[in-house]
Amino acid sequence: MGFLLRLSGLIDRANTLVGRAVIWLLFAAALISAGNAIARKTLAIGSNAMLEIQWYLFAAAFMLGAAATFLNNGHVRIDVLAGRFPMRVRMLIDIVGIVVFLLPLCWFMIDFSLPIVLRAFASGEVSSNAGGLIRWPVYALLPAGFGLLALQSASELIKRVACLKGLIPDPLAAGRHEAAAKVAPIPQNLTDEAGK
Amino acid sequence: MIEFVTANLAPIMFGVVVLFLLSGFPVAFSLAACGLFFGFIGIELGLLPGAMFQALPLRVFGIIQNETLLAIPFFTLMGLILERSGMAEDLLETVGQVFGPVRGGLALAVIFVGALLAATTGVVAASVISMGLISLPIMLRYGYSRPLATGVITASGTLAQALPPSIVLIVLADQLGRSVGDMYKGAFVPAFLLIGMYTVYVVALSIFAPKQAPALPPEARIYREPNGASGMRSLTLLMTLLATVGFAFGHFYGDIASALFSRERTPPTDETVVVALSVATLLALAMALANRMLRLGLLSTLAERVVFVLIPPLALIFLVLGTIFIGVATPTEGGAMGAIGALAMALARRRLSWLRLREALESTTRLSVFVMFILIGATVFSFTFTAIDGKEWVEHLFDKLPGGQVGFLIFVNLVIFFLGFFLDFFEIAFILIPLLAPIADKLGIDLVWFGIMIAINLQTSFLTPPFGFALFYLRSVAPTQAFIDRVTKQRIEGIRTSQIYRGSIAFVLIQITLLGLLIAFPGLVTGNLDAKVDVDLDSIRIVPEGEGWGTTSDSWGTAPDDAPGTPAPEPGSGAWGGKGAWD
Repeated sequence: MGFLLRLSGLIDRANTLVGRAVIWLLFAAALISAGNAIARKTLAIGSNAMLEIQWYLFAAAFMLGAAATFLNNGHVRIDVLAGRFPMRVRMLIDIVGIVVFLLPLCWFMIDFSLPIVLRAFASGEVSSNAGGLIRWPVYALLPAGFGLLALQSASELIKRVACLKGLIPDPLAAGRHEAAAKVAPIPQNLTDEAGK
Repeated sequence: MIEFVTANLAPIMFGVVVLFLLSGFPVAFSLAACGLFFGFIGIELGLLPGAMFQALPLRVFGIIQNETLLAIPFFTLMGLILERSGMAEDLLETVGQVFGPVRGGLALAVIFVGALLAATTGVVAASVISMGLISLPIMLRYGYSRPLATGVITASGTLAQALPPSIVLIVLADQLGRSVGDMYKGAFVPAFLLIGMYTVYVVALSIFAPKQAPALPPEARIYREPNGASGMRSLTLLMTLLATVGFAFGHFYGDIASALFSRERTPPTDETVVVALSVATLLALAMALANRMLRLGLLSTLAERVVFVLIPPLALIFLVLGTIFIGVATPTEGGAMGAIGALAMALARRRLSWLRLREALESTTRLSVFVMFILIGATVFSFTFTAIDGKEWVEHLFDKLPGGQVGFLIFVNLVIFFLGFFLDFFEIAFILIPLLAPIADKLGIDLVWFGIMIAINLQTSFLTPPFGFALFYLRSVAPTQAFIDRVTKQRIEGIRTSQIYRGSIAFVLIQITLLGLLIAFPGLVTGNLDAKVDVDLDSIRIVPEGEGWGTTSDSWGTAPDDAPGTPAPEPGSGAWGGKGAWD
């Protein structure tokens, strides 16, 4: 178990780093999009490559950031009922969910999408818009994102089992997630009270 | 057994997904897993082709390529930067000072600021929390009734859900297959109506039950002139001047625009309002700046303060909504410009640090991830659900519903109202809306109209006890125990949760009234949509000069139902276009 927990710690650190990096992609997307709009209106110039890079960046941010969000328990859960379950039951639900839902989901998504990525890479598929971008990098985000998510699932699985065995404290207690955030992210210190 | 499963796969799948969701496992993953699981069952049972899932990655790529959804992170980023730059606090303090001295004034200030925040930051939690921290203590200090104080704060906070540039409207536009611009335009009149109804309620209370909403005593004023005057007269003069200029400009805007573009043109109402407001705003800024730079002393401290506090939100509203409404920018570009504009303003006022920017970006990314992943999960779910004829099953459920359009709308609103107690907005939008939209379309219901109703309905779910999120947000910052007031040194009782619940009731009733109005008068939503059609030269007719805004309100009706060459936005909308729900 000690080895597994160290592995889990390693995955957590790696995904934390990825999570910290991808936020800047979003910032870049906002700058480019605003720049595009202004350039188009004032100078009457535009480039399909610059238009496409916006959603490439956004796609990269949310696909690669998914694992870090899972680490921080940021994926919305419906806890009207589940919030009342004892901690052990919630841990068990997570363990079953990761093994039965999430890991197979990641597997199939990678399995289905990898051939498409490879085909696009081999053929050098390019956007159908004039001057558009090459396609395989954005296709590759799908297997890459679900790959990171699978790694994070493994890490979460290890932590849940370790917690049930009493080896570590409740991994969810630190950042009780934010179903409360609904549409709006809310200040961290209020999540506990609001998340009932 | 197998026969039963084969015959009822769709209802079984629906039941199972509800169980999965209630287990508390992340929604996105539960949805996707349920879709895959039932897909394989369908393949095993021979209902579905074995290679069905080959097409799935393409669907997910389709989500990634969706440029509409790019507006979500941009508007979120803009809201979070504004929230962290303290705009809400400035607004509440100053506007509270202006309205405070009249009965019910503080409550009106909350509504006004709530609307401004909704059109800029769009973050319900942030609005409710800042109003709960700033306005609630003042209302308690001067003896506002608790249900009124809490109700007006929670309700005004939730306006962010219904007013453009709400993220709810973006997601609904995407799910209904309508443009975000149309959704924003459709929301325009209902949003103003809602704000108006809140205002009427507060004004009525302060007239008929003045004890519930007392005026602030003179000693509660912060801004004073050297000679002790309140500075109110200067502000009133300034506002009268600006209103006159704004109205005059709005009145002649049609002529000005025609001269500018050198062709006859009847601008739509929303455009006129936006442009007239911008002109008045710019004038105010110029006057306040001149007053300060040249030390003219023409404006009182209060008036100057009001102008400087109101400029950032109004400028942003113009930059974002104005450009979208006039059609200069797409919602995505508008969102991006709003985010960068908010950033520039926060920098200029030295209210932005590296850390704050990073926090805002982190929250934005987290929100983007969970929204996009719910969308991916819902796509996998509906991929299988459609394949096993789930949509036909849902359609059959509605076959027996009496009452045609109205019966359907009332039923759907009740269902969504009920689900809103338990489900997040995103689950409703991504799971339920794709199932309901085709039925609504078949019944001849305009989908923008449908979407706006759902948005208002979901906004209401933030307010309904016991699970309304706005109520939780307020609870988290309202005092639970009696405290000694800082200013008056009086003991003030804490706020009980039951008082927050009671306060929301009146506003929930207002929301339901609005929903009823929307069902009865679709023109409230769709009337604004056809206004764009006036680029068609054949459809232009000379509008008789009316009074004030009256000239432009006529443009509801100018669009002929089937003018050749008009870009018909959707089938059936023309039927509403000409109906004067205003008469």
